[in-house]
Amino acid sequence: MSEAIAEDTGIGAPVRRREDARFITGTGRYTDDLNQPGQVYGVFCRSPHARAKINGVDAEEALGIPGVLGVYTGTEMVADGIGDLPCGWLVKDKAGNDMRSAPHPPLAATQVNYVGEPYALVVADSLQAARQGAESVNAEFEELHAVVELGSATVSEQIYEGIDHNLAYEWALGEEDATRMAFARAAHVTTLELTNNRLIPNAMEPRACLGVHDAATGDYTLYTTSQNPHLERLVLSAFVQVAPEHKLRVVAPDVGGGFGSKIFIYAEETAVIWAAAKVGRPIKWVADRSESFLADAHGRDHITRAELALDEQGRFTGLRVKTTANLGAYLSTFGSSVPTYLYGTLLAGQYKTPNIYVEVQGVYTNTAPVDAYRGAGRPEATYVVERIVEQAARELGKDPADLRRMNMIQPEDFPYETPVALTYDTGNYEASLDKALELIDYAGFEGRRAAAAEQNKRRGIGFACYIEACGLAPSKLAIELGAGVGLYESGEIRMNPTGNVSVFTGSHSHGQGHETTFAQVVSDKLGVPYDDVDIVHGDTGRMEFGLGTYGSRSLAVGGSALIAAAEKIIEKGKKIAAHMMQTTPEQVDFDDGTFSLQDSNQSVTIQEVAFAAYVPADYPEDLEPGLTEKAFYDPNNFTYPAGTHIAEVEVDIETGVVELVNFVAVDDFGHIINPLIVHGQVHGGVAQGAGQALMEHGIYDEYGQLQTGSMMDYCLPRADDLPDFQVDTTVTPCTHNPLGVKGCGEAGAIGSPAAIMNAVTHALGTKDIAMPATPEKVWRAVRGE
Amino acid sequence: MEQSGEYRIAASREAVWEALNDPQVLGECIEGCQNIEKVDEQHFNVAVKAKIGPVSATFNAELELSDLNPPASYVINGNAKGGAAGFAKGGAEVELAEDGDATLLRYAVKANVGGKLAQVGSRLVDGAARKMADDFFAAFSTRLDPGAASTGESESEEENKDEVPRYESSGSRSIWLIAFVVLILAVLFAI
Repeated sequence: MSEAIAEDTGIGAPVRRREDARFITGTGRYTDDLNQPGQVYGVFCRSPHARAKINGVDAEEALGIPGVLGVYTGTEMVADGIGDLPCGWLVKDKAGNDMRSAPHPPLAATQVNYVGEPYALVVADSLQAARQGAESVNAEFEELHAVVELGSATVSEQIYEGIDHNLAYEWALGEEDATRMAFARAAHVTTLELTNNRLIPNAMEPRACLGVHDAATGDYTLYTTSQNPHLERLVLSAFVQVAPEHKLRVVAPDVGGGFGSKIFIYAEETAVIWAAAKVGRPIKWVADRSESFLADAHGRDHITRAELALDEQGRFTGLRVKTTANLGAYLSTFGSSVPTYLYGTLLAGQYKTPNIYVEVQGVYTNTAPVDAYRGAGRPEATYVVERIVEQAARELGKDPADLRRMNMIQPEDFPYETPVALTYDTGNYEASLDKALELIDYAGFEGRRAAAAEQNKRRGIGFACYIEACGLAPSKLAIELGAGVGLYESGEIRMNPTGNVSVFTGSHSHGQGHETTFAQVVSDKLGVPYDDVDIVHGDTGRMEFGLGTYGSRSLAVGGSALIAAAEKIIEKGKKIAAHMMQTTPEQVDFDDGTFSLQDSNQSVTIQEVAFAAYVPADYPEDLEPGLTEKAFYDPNNFTYPAGTHIAEVEVDIETGVVELVNFVAVDDFGHIINPLIVHGQVHGGVAQGAGQALMEHGIYDEYGQLQTGSMMDYCLPRADDLPDFQVDTTVTPCTHNPLGVKGCGEAGAIGSPAAIMNAVTHALGTKDIAMPATPEKVWRAVRGE
Repeated sequence: MEQSGEYRIAASREAVWEALNDPQVLGECIEGCQNIEKVDEQHFNVAVKAKIGPVSATFNAELELSDLNPPASYVINGNAKGGAAGFAKGGAEVELAEDGDATLLRYAVKANVGGKLAQVGSRLVDGAARKMADDFFAAFSTRLDPGAASTGESESEEENKDEVPRYESSGSRSIWLIAFVVLILAVLFAI
């Protein structure tokens, strides 16, 4: 793109995010900023036990507290016909049977299955009274043995009747026999046992909701911290049956981060919107940080055994992976799909490994449900592939960059069909690798290593050449594989009579910067000033439908829908312009906001056309007034962002402290609309990946009590834990969407854990350290413990 | 969590005994103790208002005495409920021995906590529990022998099991129990 455009606000320009002004000046409108007349407050009673029968809930004392208006239990929800929270993806096991779903009532009625599970909602006219009420509810629990440890969960006591071995499914992908043959013929086999640590999301804004019921009209309005308000409405109406879809409006206003944890339909908003009608007052609930730790869906939590077969030259001939994935106590909204379709399908990585076979056991435990968290399955897959490839290079005495290069899918191989069900459309993996090697000064590593050794530090370098799949698609295939919803996105563009533009998208921004990026796209496409474009999102009452934001899909799918809508605007605009210029639409060209008559100097602007469309004084007879168009875009494939991340660490062998001293990320996201936002996404993702590799770990004790339930015990990275990242990009445009974009939201968190752990193990000369590589673990490893 | 320790109480076993028979002494030595109720010879209910770190609540504990081997040792198991603050349960094995003019008390406690206590305070349990136990026995010793400070964490490794005190009154058992209850509560509540 030209420099002239880059200085402007069009596609490719590093425009500062317009939404940041309100975020950083405290004038954003988050759910807790919204208040309703007559509003009351909800506080949940949560199980202190990991597994227990509920023998009774005594609310008498609570109801006697001044201000307490009601105590609502799971039993009442059942009596009101409120359904279970469904899992949105029906995974079939390797024998073709449906996964075994544990019943998941919004409020536990007869049994609790993890610490923090809500069993009652106390509503009062002040938050203090609601808290006091919740503390006064006396539930009688009969404790049961809790299944906590993932490794032994399948041979532990059965949690649910009818779910043998606590197994939701045993899922497999790939050719088992062919892979076995590959191993039989292998010249070398590398084996690695890995754990992918449980993470707790910790979005800056905790979950919250405000449920309103208008008894006069029967309308419900739910304001909530959702990444996908339309899906929330669909599930609450069709499955949970709180209210019919046309009487339920879901609004997700400014939302302070999600990372996946706000995709899901949770118990809390379900109970609040239901109880709002019962109590006859709007109810607000805002999670405190302790509740977020207990009851937000957690991420990752895998145990994996992986084997890589190589021939004499070092070519990968087979990959065999067996993973036990912790699903927690219930199948969260997309919990079943994350360790299967979003994980197993990515195990080819960037390589031409011809034979891959993966088996995944999805296991119930008495812990918080586990679901998508930034990357959702792809960080886990990348961790397996990139750790074992690095280990193989070490075992064979090969340079890890060379071994990767030798096995990479080449540009001429695309479209490339992997043995695990995906077809990569495009890429140039060596280009990213080369650029990353240059940026990190790979040749200078040994010098840096020697310098570190003089400081009594061990320096290590580690690679991750990741691939991921974004913009989950197409709908038909996903639904065949068990998805409960489509995977398209909607977009609507309204040219207003005065010539400015209101844009409605079904995707949702909770930190991604859509209000800026999407405005750039529409401004560029329609040739209208950037400041004349307003992006509206997050309200089922304002846009027709949408599937929200997750899986780095917004631009690739939602942006494409806007392009499709813009094309319809241009097409109709041509008809109007043709009438205005007394010609036929075929004679009209459109460029940069101007409709012009071919071979003439006659033209009208899109603003003039919009005015004519709404004030049709002189207007085509066969054309409807107005200039509003909408489109649904259903991609025909995933997009495949890929790249190389390289980490360098220094380990203080006296203290075990690992310092991340250098980090290079070279990513291929296809075309880039706003490089400033893209870099920001990579920075944030890498920070989260570094957190996973070095600090974060959600730990339950043997009784299922969360030991890392506060910021004191759950260590999140801070700015001074991180170096200045070197972020760069290469570009192979996506071949199947109009913008040629791939998605950048998760890549940082996908590549970085493997790169950092490869660097740590390289520094220490050990095969593995279980993430996170805390000072204690590293110190012990240094001492050979 | 697991924890063990011993206290050398600077008083004769008889004096300790007397003091342990005096509910007022105990009540004064347990901060926040609101009520001690004896259900029967082996079961007791105790209410203690405690604020440890960020968790504040009234804990209602049910305690059960078992494995009686009077007067040398026995076991107490306890289950304390703090409502929304969570719960604690555990047991203590306790031994008493004479040590010259003083009395040596040894304990080994095993406890686990749940709910908010576990979530926000598990890292603080060990230190806080030990401090509460120390505070109790310091107060207890001072009460018995205002002139001499007690020596918690006695350095003495010597044991003196030769002299076993007579142990006859059924009522005395409950008083021993209360002393150990304090110990367990100290551990259970010091979260």
